[in-house]
Amino acid sequence: MARSKDKGSQEVNAGSMADIAFLLLIFFLVTTQIATNKGLTLLLPPKQEEDEPIEIKQQQRNIFKIQINSADKLLVEDEPLDDVGEIRDMVYDFVLNFGSPGDAKKGKAKVSDKDVYNSLPASMKSYISRNLGSDDSSDGPSSAIVSLKADRGSSYAIFISILDELNAAYNRIYGERVGITDEEFRKLNRNDPRQKEMYDRARAGIPKAISIAEPTKQGG
Amino acid sequence: MSKFKKKSTSSQDIPTAALPDIIFMLLFFFMVSTVLRETEIKVEQRIPRAEQLVKLEKKKLVTYLYIGQPKDAAFGTEPQVQANDVFIGIDGIIKWVNEEKSKLSEVERDQITISMKVDEEVKMGIIVDVQTELREANARKIMYAAPQKADEN
Repeated sequence: MARSKDKGSQEVNAGSMADIAFLLLIFFLVTTQIATNKGLTLLLPPKQEEDEPIEIKQQQRNIFKIQINSADKLLVEDEPLDDVGEIRDMVYDFVLNFGSPGDAKKGKAKVSDKDVYNSLPASMKSYISRNLGSDDSSDGPSSAIVSLKADRGSSYAIFISILDELNAAYNRIYGERVGITDEEFRKLNRNDPRQKEMYDRARAGIPKAISIAEPTKQGG
Repeated sequence: MSKFKKKSTSSQDIPTAALPDIIFMLLFFFMVSTVLRETEIKVEQRIPRAEQLVKLEKKKLVTYLYIGQPKDAAFGTEPQVQANDVFIGIDGIIKWVNEEKSKLSEVERDQITISMKVDEEVKMGIIVDVQTELREANARKIMYAAPQKADEN
């Protein structure tokens, strides 16, 4: 007579489950690399057409020139510069110079330089009226262009460090304009309508005009 | 002196019955967040750090280009451009971009973002060439991938 099962328990032994889970956990801990999608963004100019581009005369004062030669030495506004960190303040002053702000409404947001100036907080206005406004620097944020020209022989590391400084300068301007720090500005989440509105308000009328110029062909 | 009698006989062990659940929770987190590397990187990658990083919102639109000196000396010492699993020359970039674009839906094609992971030893010459090709291919949004710089202060 086939007896039914004896008294042994019918449950699966789950005591080693934790060990198995640990093993898997450690495997994933070791192999995982949380993907980093972070970096410095840049928008390239549209593709060059066959016909000659229309020469747009930009006043020299509206262009902030940075050149790097093949020995990674800098030439900023035609003067040699050793410390990359100084570029940040120079660009900040350059963009916010308001030498002769115009009324012309430009860009998508239809904001003129004067509107931009009026929208700035009082601390920035007083800084501008005290220290800036020179005739030799930019007319206003809408016409200010930063031109970065790297020689073919210059290193990528220095290029990135300068691009970083330029972004720092712009982010500081944007941040201060809406009363937050540059770090907070960078972390604004554009999917959140309230933060998106802040982002748009900060950027209206101050385009981030960083131009990567075609380099010279020969190593200089 | 029964007032100062020893505590009752209740067990002093921490219950560990929930331990597997906690471990499983961690396990699932890592399983979900992990990205198994699908491409083997064949070029040197010591990426210079930067401070002012922006996070890209749409991961789907990002494709990667790796530029650096080949790890395998058989490919020479000049910097090479790697896409997916192979070296593509400068001439191959337009074709590659178009292939990548065709993987996206039609409305998203112009928003493709090229993330360039470039070794710090690379000279700007090749980067400029790559950018010229990307302009030709109408992939204008680029990103120089960089890890966060540690605070200097």
